[in-house]
Amino acid sequence: MAAVFPKSSDLILKIAGAVVGLGAVLGATAYAYYSYPTVIDTGYQPVQPVPYSHKLHAGDLGLDCFYCHYTVYKAAFAAVPPTQVCMNCHTKVKDQSPRLELVRDSFRTGQPIPWVHIHRLPDFVFFNHEAHVTAGVSCVSCHGRIDQMVEVHQEKPLNMAFCIACHSDPAPNIRSPELVTKLDWVPDRDPRAIGEEIVKQKHLDPPLNCSGCHR
Amino acid sequence: MGLISIKNGGNQTGPRYWRTLDQLADTPQFRDWMKREFPESVTELEMDGSSRRTVLKLMAASFGLAGLTACSRPVEHIFPISKNVENYAPGEAYFYTTIMSLGGQVAGLLVETHDGRPTKIEGNPDHPFSQGAATALAQASLLNLYDPDRVRAGEGTWPKFEAFVKTLNLGDGGGLRFLSESVTSPSLVALRSETLKKFPKAKWIEYESFQRNNGREGAMIAFGQPVSIQTNFDKAKVILALDSDFLGLDWTTPLPTKQFSSRRRVETEQDLEKLNRLYSVESQFSITGANADHRLRLQGSDIKQFAIDVAVKLGAIPGMPVLNDDRRTKFLNAAVKDLQAAGPEALVITSPRQPPIVHALAFLMNQKLGSLGNVTTLTKASTEDRVEAGVQALSNLTGELNSGQVSTLVILGGNPAYTAPADVPFVAAMSKVANSIHLSPDENETTAAVKWALPEAHFLESWGDGVTATGVASIQQPVIEPIFGGRTSAEVVALIVGSKVTKAHDIVKTYWTTQWPAAERDKTWRKVLNDGVIPSKAPEPLKLTADAKKIAAAVAAEPKAAPSGVEIGFVPSSAAWDGRYANNGWMQEAPDPMTKLVWGNGALISTATARAHDLRDGDMISLQRGSVKVEAAVFLAPGHADNTVTLSLGYGRERCGSVGRDVGFNANKIRTSGGFWYSPGFEISKTGKTFEHASTVERGLGRFPESHGLAARFKAGSEQDAEHMNGRPVYRETTIEEYRQNPKIIEAMNELPELHSVYPERAYDGEYQWGMTIDLGACTGCNACVLACQAENNVPIVGKAQVIRGREMHWLRMDRYYVGSEDEPRAVEQPVPCMQCENAPCENVCPVEATSHSKEGLNDMVYNRCVGTRYCANNCPFKVRHFNFLNWHRYEAEILSMVYNPDVTVRMRGVMEKCTYCVQRIQETHIKANVEGHRPIREGEILTACQQTCPANAIVFGNLNDPQSKVSKLKKQERNYAMLAELDLKPRTTYLARLRNPNPELGV
Repeated sequence: MAAVFPKSSDLILKIAGAVVGLGAVLGATAYAYYSYPTVIDTGYQPVQPVPYSHKLHAGDLGLDCFYCHYTVYKAAFAAVPPTQVCMNCHTKVKDQSPRLELVRDSFRTGQPIPWVHIHRLPDFVFFNHEAHVTAGVSCVSCHGRIDQMVEVHQEKPLNMAFCIACHSDPAPNIRSPELVTKLDWVPDRDPRAIGEEIVKQKHLDPPLNCSGCHR
Repeated sequence: MGLISIKNGGNQTGPRYWRTLDQLADTPQFRDWMKREFPESVTELEMDGSSRRTVLKLMAASFGLAGLTACSRPVEHIFPISKNVENYAPGEAYFYTTIMSLGGQVAGLLVETHDGRPTKIEGNPDHPFSQGAATALAQASLLNLYDPDRVRAGEGTWPKFEAFVKTLNLGDGGGLRFLSESVTSPSLVALRSETLKKFPKAKWIEYESFQRNNGREGAMIAFGQPVSIQTNFDKAKVILALDSDFLGLDWTTPLPTKQFSSRRRVETEQDLEKLNRLYSVESQFSITGANADHRLRLQGSDIKQFAIDVAVKLGAIPGMPVLNDDRRTKFLNAAVKDLQAAGPEALVITSPRQPPIVHALAFLMNQKLGSLGNVTTLTKASTEDRVEAGVQALSNLTGELNSGQVSTLVILGGNPAYTAPADVPFVAAMSKVANSIHLSPDENETTAAVKWALPEAHFLESWGDGVTATGVASIQQPVIEPIFGGRTSAEVVALIVGSKVTKAHDIVKTYWTTQWPAAERDKTWRKVLNDGVIPSKAPEPLKLTADAKKIAAAVAAEPKAAPSGVEIGFVPSSAAWDGRYANNGWMQEAPDPMTKLVWGNGALISTATARAHDLRDGDMISLQRGSVKVEAAVFLAPGHADNTVTLSLGYGRERCGSVGRDVGFNANKIRTSGGFWYSPGFEISKTGKTFEHASTVERGLGRFPESHGLAARFKAGSEQDAEHMNGRPVYRETTIEEYRQNPKIIEAMNELPELHSVYPERAYDGEYQWGMTIDLGACTGCNACVLACQAENNVPIVGKAQVIRGREMHWLRMDRYYVGSEDEPRAVEQPVPCMQCENAPCENVCPVEATSHSKEGLNDMVYNRCVGTRYCANNCPFKVRHFNFLNWHRYEAEILSMVYNPDVTVRMRGVMEKCTYCVQRIQETHIKANVEGHRPIREGEILTACQQTCPANAIVFGNLNDPQSKVSKLKKQERNYAMLAELDLKPRTTYLARLRNPNPELGV
């Protein structure tokens, strides 16, 4: 019986097989790469409803992080401040600025400002700001140089590997609690040595078991 | 199950623990059930008409689509409040005191709120009637708040009603009637007096399904005046409970359990001396009967005669006891002798379900014993003219409605159209009223029949007040705005009466602050809200003498019951209560403490009666007497009185929300005003149909997997022990006498071979090693812990069909075993949470390390790691792991997500879950201690949810590394034992064996 397909069709089949195989491998790699937290979350920079500049407030004007995010040292959440906190100053400063229209509206009507969530952890992770801030972990360790960001973006991946790295070896990220909000602090000696002293003195022992963060 | 085989299987010597009649009879079905380890359907995939291929196709498609959606990150918003609230941090828990009134009793509560939504109810530690504990019903009330089927106010509802009230011409109130439930609110009582003064011809009727006026009428016979009674169970050494379910449904506050169990917990050698003794006489098996040292089953109507006999025997009234039954005589003689020996420390107590004469006799007996004024104290009861209470009052009202003399009927709360007895045609009469108004918590039978259905505010969303029988008053403080625009009874009355003060807050605050010195009003008000109790001086105890002659005359005048036919007994349901919790999924799925029935009730009958009528479990029967009739499904109840059927109230609701509609059988259809609690003369007939009950009775250790072959290998010494739960005494108890003679007796129940573990021993290092003990002697089996766990840990409900498949999710299970024969068994209760084993069998088999050991000795369960192999549940000998077969939370109404505890993950389909020792509370305390300068965690600082609410203080949690901690001390006791110790799992949760205190004369 004569061959139905010519001999060259073997080659076509092989090439097609190779293309599909390669495509699958590339696809899987791309999927794995683009769904990885360091890629998908790092650099996330949504547009906020109010053009608030952290660089201006926290950097140039030198407002302490605690001034607005005043629950960090007493609660799990570093609460985005109520509109009332903005109005502490903005009833006097720039009280007619059109860029603050939404803030004034919110204060007048009681409706919240719809800020966009940036540093978001999965629902099954229970992070506590109070525990970290009082232990001496600076804001900068997880949020980066917010005081230099006009519009805030996520700098660190905030994935589990990121958390575990510090929980296994906290010393490089530990400083004296009163320096926690000094994002531009430059240690006068090896930061690890400073951290190690504090870890030892305070018996810091960050949990590495699952229920430390997953409950 | 063949009844003949039960009979044969029931004959044996020595104690034997069993959970179902099938097990007792050792039927082939039971053996098959045991071998299967899991119920037949628990792991089988449900697919109606769809093939495996279809499922795979759908899965492939959904994976593909899932990939697409992951490409961009969804935008989420943060909505901070606009104006700040002092001392408020988002996400933190804040606690407020309040109260709940149920069935005429008031319980003090502490409500946990997160961001303005109540998420958990606990008992108020400062309230003398709660002492930190809350009943199962009180805790589940939280779910009623978020019930999507509540009555909702539209925009025009209240303005329209206000306009309507202005058009009412009430005159002298001749046509005005109020119908409410038992009122415990002083401010509403004041408003009521004002109303009745303004409308001299108006009337106020109090009626509810579970009314306490028999006690009031009993006091009228005994003392000629109504009294308030305070019973101090902690002062009683010998208690005779005449039908009284004081540990269960007769009280809606945890106080009796607190007091009773204080004499059942053995912490030191001296505690052995204070152990009390409880005799219980009842018809259906209650948890009071289960906790009794001796129990006598009698028909409910026969208990009156028994009470008379006891009174005669005590010499309180003249006469001759009726002693036609050997068992009864023996019980009577022993109990009387014991009561006399205890004298002023004796207590005779009866139930609101018994007629007034039994209450009068109880007063008289306590007086004769010298305990009146000591164990039972009497105080003055408030008396009010023109307030009628009880079923007779409802009957009179119905007559008035029918005669057309009532033009305006205001029903405040409750659901009388459903709870009215069958012979009181209340619904029909209501249609004759021109203006019928119902202030209702939910859509029910009454709202369907009235012209004005108005939303009633839940107690967590409205101001109010309440006073206990002993005069402890509290403010009911709201923790959330009315979600559906509800108002309180007081507000509606104020509106109708045209009072100047119409807001609930103002009504309550004005009522109380005007009683205080003007200068201290604000300060006192704030303190009262903070403490949850209004300081007042205790009312003067009354010195009254029960009139023996009058009581004897009343006894003589009592009709002698001529027993004929079958008697029906009615009890409030442990879940639906009188029907008001019918739409509450938590309660519907909380297994009844004794029957373990969920999602419905059953016609409870004894096996002897079932045999006489040729009935089996699940047979539909019709119960009929004259024109009243109901159909119900049989549920065999060991230890039930013969010739009696018990049907619990609160089921068979026709107009109800989606949860409770048509669940169970409506007992009100055969309840009559003459036979309100016990109704004789019924006929049973089989209808030929059958019904499937959902019961959790055969879960967990009830099925001993014999295939393990362990029963043979670790068989303990005697024949008797071998009977003891297949050679594995998972529940251990002994009598106080035996324990005194040989404290090692508990340990000796299970002789262990030398145990070698292939795993290295856990080092008890570090600061904290958590552990728990559960005192089986104190535990009454009240279910409060089950509900506390459910609320704290976001445990889902699964529905009847899924419970039948064995997929219920309760992290904490209450096991109930019967001991002895099917006719006269005892019963014991055992809570079973995760044991947190050190050599945990679940950890070894998890392929993804989703469950692993923490350095503080916990078996951590990580939902985000779990891939759902279910190996761990298969390998857990305690059967405390539960798999999420379906997305239980996903199909709930959105509003129900308000109830979630934000500190615990809401689990989804495909993961395993189990008790975590409330690890969220442990971690929070760790953080708190670290923030406060890395101080050590104090003893008692961490309370697990079950421990916190336990009314018996039976659960103790703490640090095993601290030799001074309570849990360490309890674990050193000789009655401490580990369940299934022969498996060498080293569970962190251990039990303290129950110590019973039986009367040697009656035998153990």
